[in-house]
Amino acid sequence: MSAGSGNKNTEPWGSFDDNLIQGSGSAVIDMENMDDTSGSSFEDMGELHQRMKEEEEVTEEAAATEDHEDGEFLGMKGLKGQLGRQVADEVWQAGKRQASRAFNLYANIDILRPYFDVEPVQVRSRLMESMIPVRMINFPQKIAGELYGPLMLVFTLVAILLHGMKTSDTIIREGTLMGTAIGTCFGYWLGVSSFIYFLAYLVNAQITMLQMLSLLGYGLFGHCVVLLVSYNIHFHFLFYVLWLLCGGLSTLRMVAALLSRTVGQTPRLLLCGTLSVLHMLFLLYLHFAYHKIVEGQSPLRPPILSL
Amino acid sequence: QASADANRPFAGLSDVSISEDIPVEGDISVPVGPSARRDDEFSTLDEPVKETVLRDLRAVGKKFVHVLYPKRSTALLRDWDLWGPLLLCVTLALLLQGGAADSDYQGGPQFAEVFVIVWFGSIIITINSKLLGGTISFFQSLCVLGYCILPLTVAMAVCRIVLVAGSGSVSFAVRLVVVTASFGWSTFASTAFLADSQPANRKALVVYPVFLFYFVIGWMVLTFSPSQ
Repeated sequence: MSAGSGNKNTEPWGSFDDNLIQGSGSAVIDMENMDDTSGSSFEDMGELHQRMKEEEEVTEEAAATEDHEDGEFLGMKGLKGQLGRQVADEVWQAGKRQASRAFNLYANIDILRPYFDVEPVQVRSRLMESMIPVRMINFPQKIAGELYGPLMLVFTLVAILLHGMKTSDTIIREGTLMGTAIGTCFGYWLGVSSFIYFLAYLVNAQITMLQMLSLLGYGLFGHCVVLLVSYNIHFHFLFYVLWLLCGGLSTLRMVAALLSRTVGQTPRLLLCGTLSVLHMLFLLYLHFAYHKIVEGQSPLRPPILSL
Repeated sequence: QASADANRPFAGLSDVSISEDIPVEGDISVPVGPSARRDDEFSTLDEPVKETVLRDLRAVGKKFVHVLYPKRSTALLRDWDLWGPLLLCVTLALLLQGGAADSDYQGGPQFAEVFVIVWFGSIIITINSKLLGGTISFFQSLCVLGYCILPLTVAMAVCRIVLVAGSGSVSFAVRLVVVTASFGWSTFASTAFLADSQPANRKALVVYPVFLFYFVIGWMVLTFSPSQ
């Protein structure tokens, strides 16, 4: 029977609707097609099919004997209405399925779950290792691909930066202190990682974006330590020593890891030179841009914001 | 029989079977009596507004008590709500207004800044704890973190009162003690509720961002200074 293009009826008896199979429709049985208490849906569909066929025969007979312009039979109109409803239902179901599939794909935080699968012991050991350069550069060094440690380090750096900005009466004209701190730290972490990854891609170094993010994130541990000390103990000489020592060690570690994964003199020079320069200059910038000492003010006085 | 069937028209279907020896079980009848009879028990649409507001306020107040005396309980988690955190956030943001807000100086945080920090901080901590394998739901975690801002809000009120008296070293020392104590209290209270939902060996990983979050809020409270 010409069931129309709207539904997926493949059986001659008009197969089950999607609603009946998946149970996504209403649970109330439509009583209007049943005139006995039969509970079998086979009989229902059979009855429905029979009734529709009878109607079709009736309309065909009537059409054969009457004028052909008059097509508004109750039977045909009822058939079209039902088809229209089914088509609308199908479209709605298909749209809903697509939307939920898209949502599950993009809003699924489980994509990030493997990168947060760490133990506290591992985080601690990786923090310690980020200050210890490894001298083996002939074989690719292992770089852990996790995001928990780097993310927490970036947030810690934000907190330390805020503390430093407040204790030195930093004036920010456009924007707020919080916004500047968060923007600087996240901008550095994400921006420099992407840039170095791009350079690594150009010179064909063996490192993934995740590993780069992880490497640079753990490299910020040295920065956190130096800034924490130098924002509270204001001796320039001490800062320079710490800058060379801690900054230098964490830079050396990152450089060694990159060296072990790059082939060729010029690519190595390019990649490692860029990273060292950016990393060390960032520490200098954080110290001097956000922490001006007003001459004559004792560092041990409580922070007072005056107008 | 007829009157019973009038109320339950599908009742007779429950003893229909397709094959003789496998009876269909269960009751598929749907009572179709007047629906208002059942809804009256659950509908709160007709009660006076005062009753609704008071009921919600009482629920919020009960949770405040749970935060102030934190012990391992599931009260905050079972019936979570976000009214309390909203109230606390707005109060804190209002109290942090009126700082040295001269147009040339970046003094206290703006209202919107406090809001953004509190809510986005909570969201990030919640996502972090879910990624680490926590069993708590998104809104339950938001609820707990929001309610545990209560000690810091109290500390802010105390700080403002102390600042009225003066802003010298003594007042700073007092404020430092108060803010540190309330920061510790907030962190301890929130871990009492959140820690149970984590696998045992990863509690430290979840507690650290909470510590940072309340540290930043405590720092905002401590460094607040009123306009002269």
